[in-house]
Amino acid sequence: MAIYKLNTPISEEEVRKLYVNDIIYITGTIITARDQAHKRALDYIKQGKPLPVSFEGLAIYHCGPVVSKVGDKWTVVAAGPTTSTRMETLEYEFIENFKARVIIGKGGMGRRTVEAMKRFGVVYGAFVGGAGTLAAKAIKAVKGVEWLDLGVPEALWILNVEDFGPLIVAIDSHGNNLFEEAIKRAEERKPLIYEKLGV
Amino acid sequence: MNVAKVVEDLAVDLLRLAVVELPFDVKEALQRAFQEEESEVAKMQLKAILDNVELAEKERTPICQDTGLIAFYVRAGACAKGLDLMEGALYNATRRATKEVPLRPNAVNPLTRVNSGDNTGWLTPYIHWEIALGDVVEITAFPKGAGSDNMCVLSVLTPAEGMKGLKRFVIDAVMRAGAQPCPPNILGVGIGGGPDVAMKIAKEALLRPLNQANPDAELAKLEKELYEAVNMTGIGPMGLGGKFTVLGVNVKCAFTHTGSLPVAVAFQCWAARRATAKLYPDGSIEYITHKVVR
Repeated sequence: MAIYKLNTPISEEEVRKLYVNDIIYITGTIITARDQAHKRALDYIKQGKPLPVSFEGLAIYHCGPVVSKVGDKWTVVAAGPTTSTRMETLEYEFIENFKARVIIGKGGMGRRTVEAMKRFGVVYGAFVGGAGTLAAKAIKAVKGVEWLDLGVPEALWILNVEDFGPLIVAIDSHGNNLFEEAIKRAEERKPLIYEKLGV
Repeated sequence: MNVAKVVEDLAVDLLRLAVVELPFDVKEALQRAFQEEESEVAKMQLKAILDNVELAEKERTPICQDTGLIAFYVRAGACAKGLDLMEGALYNATRRATKEVPLRPNAVNPLTRVNSGDNTGWLTPYIHWEIALGDVVEITAFPKGAGSDNMCVLSVLTPAEGMKGLKRFVIDAVMRAGAQPCPPNILGVGIGGGPDVAMKIAKEALLRPLNQANPDAELAKLEKELYEAVNMTGIGPMGLGGKFTVLGVNVKCAFTHTGSLPVAVAFQCWAARRATAKLYPDGSIEYITHKVVR
């Protein structure tokens, strides 16, 4: 369990050094993207349209923040992660096309994304689900927002962060997956649990 | 008393309280889990949760960015004045709280996905009415996040499957949900009724504080048995492994049809937000779930 401080843009080399159970803190730029933003980004590729912002070497954050606006200045009030599995069907293509290096979320992702992470050199950093205030403390400024027509939670929020974390490397670029390990252990215990319940 | 105004102000207050400050029983359960958890990763998750809860309380900002889909449970004394004005007041309160707290605008049209921007829409906020004796109105704000709500499941078992089938269904639901509903969770298990009633009482079961025992001894025993069995999975805080997959299991029952056995499991995330107050005819307010200094 090593601790790493990463600055964006993050290189493939830096990511390949990371293994599950490592802890990372990110400084630089992270961009939120949920279901609708993933869908639109992939639609743009099909249509050959450029994205309004580049993800290369950055972190994608599965998050829909609570924001407040005073004048024309946005502030993030709370910004914990959302459930990543909802993006599972879209993430492989997203990683392949937009070259982000870290995916931040909660709950982990499925086989296909793990495969993409292995292939392209990406890690999954798990932030504590629901810890919205803690996350907001590490967000220093809103650099911009795109696709606000999708609604506040679904828009792309481009955030300036300082030591954003702790993020546990829960899926690394070598095919290890802490969530899968926990579920596997639970599956192994299931017969024992059924027995205890007399079912 | 201007009922509409008083109820609106109170409901804004309850929504704010709910999203910035956990009820006492939930905080206590999280602290206990932190003390008893053994693995380093699990302890780290719970530490971050407790730090976050403390920070949110101090800064009066939402604990979690998912401030939920808004629901109110109203236990209305039949003799209370102005009951006809309360629905409008609760809608207004939702709009105001969205701006003032602020809450994240979460309510969208399910077909077009267009966001109303103020957390209101068809049947939103959802208001659950109960008529009681007397003239006191008890209001509970119950904003519920999607991460845990998305894991809720319902099944209509056959009577032959019975208690065994029911227990199996709960364990399987937890296994399927895994890390997704932000464990450690609270489970509401609704047994009986028709399918609609089963899910309704599963959610209502989540309103019962963790430190309040089930008044029915048999159900209390079932709760304990399920609690221990679910924690044997070792899914743990945030699904990264550990002793606490759930903080509690609350069961609620209704009589059901002789040919049927509906079972519903409602998941609540660790950020189990609810706030309750009683409004008296003279306009005075008593907060039940939170300590409020005025």
